[in-house]
Amino acid sequence: MDRSVSSPSLTTARRAGLVACRSCGIVSPFGTRACLRCGSRLESRDEASLQRVWAWLLAGLIVYIPANTYPMLRTTQLFQTSESTIVGGVVELVHHHAYAIAAIVFIASVVIPVGKFLVIGYLAVLLRRPHGQDPHKLHTLHTAVEFIGRWSMIDVFVVAILTALVQFDVVASVKPGLAAACFALSVVFTMLSAQAFDPRLIWDRIKEESPR
Amino acid sequence: MIFDPTCIACPNCDVLHKVAPAAVATRAKCAQCGYRLTSGRPEAIARVVGLALTSIILMGVVLFAPFLRLNAGPFGSAASVVDVVLGFATGIMVPLALSVLCFIIVLPVARAALLLYALSPIIAGVGNFPGAPAALRFAFSLKPWAMAEIFMVGVAVALVKLAGMARVEMGAAFWAFALFVLVNAFQDTFMCRNTLWTALSARRR
Ligand SMILES: [Zn+2]
Ligand SMILES: [Zn+2]
Repeated sequence: MDRSVSSPSLTTARRAGLVACRSCGIVSPFGTRACLRCGSRLESRDEASLQRVWAWLLAGLIVYIPANTYPMLRTTQLFQTSESTIVGGVVELVHHHAYAIAAIVFIASVVIPVGKFLVIGYLAVLLRRPHGQDPHKLHTLHTAVEFIGRWSMIDVFVVAILTALVQFDVVASVKPGLAAACFALSVVFTMLSAQAFDPRLIWDRIKEESPR
Repeated sequence: MIFDPTCIACPNCDVLHKVAPAAVATRAKCAQCGYRLTSGRPEAIARVVGLALTSIILMGVVLFAPFLRLNAGPFGSAASVVDVVLGFATGIMVPLALSVLCFIIVLPVARAALLLYALSPIIAGVGNFPGAPAALRFAFSLKPWAMAEIFMVGVAVALVKLAGMARVEMGAAFWAFALFVLVNAFQDTFMCRNTLWTALSARRR
């Protein structure tokens, strides 16, 4: 038993006429603009939350397209220049039998971004109306997306390291392609999209449907 | 203005909880969603300050030592972390170079410095520095943008890609950076919002 915490009735701050600070946790009277303890901006529910989620998600989706079509790396070896895209780089790794690394890059650059678009889109569509889903499941989805999203940046860092190290004039050199910038932007935009999400909506909208 | 530091709301689901001030050494979770409301470690402040100081010193080593050395037959190249970032810095790639610099060095160091600024007066037993709450708030929000650990995985992938064509040696900065990542991961286990904010606001007068 957890005796330090007592919340028998499970009242939300909003229902108690209070507004909670998402940064430090304390509650202030409803209508307070800035948190009394830490000074962060207070909003009982971020009404514009879903709009910002969509805006960032769309921006992330748009730059994800050139991130896949343009080359990520431009390798010059003995006057021959070859270009590889994100997926091309993974295929190359598989040819070199580096399966574990290929899996890491594939997951970070393809599975995580695409999964993130789908999950954020799903949550944003679902939460426009009261939903009949298990809030715990949705909450786990949101936490996972927020936690994993930043790991997509791996491939951008790989390109940076290769560019810095492989500089032997004509013998071998590596240059970053436009896709590296697009991909980095896509990761940043989708991270902002996940952060714009107000997770309290998940718990609010379920209650509207099941009056208990 | 007064507020009650024992009454906190879950940031994820807004449910109100009463956290007894006497029970600072008890961990507590949100009754509805399971969010860790307080880690129940009063020693967290001292740990965070010590680890933040350690990580700033380590980053000093990282900046001024060679990171990786590449040997391919008669050719050799050494790169510091700064070189890694500047490798991008041509033409339209300059913004990308700057953001990589932020993700792997500037923001991780800024986070450690902000924590030191906000929390070390508590350890020293003196009054808070001006703007301490803003510093702590900023340190928390920087968390997802400080990507030192992700860069380290990127280094591992790059090493495998290079394994066929050249021999790579790790420099002092490489090991310092690896240590920096470990210190940061350890520090994050003590980054309890309730503990740190309660300690900070208790001294503000
Ligand atoms: Zn606050
Ligand atoms: Zn909760």
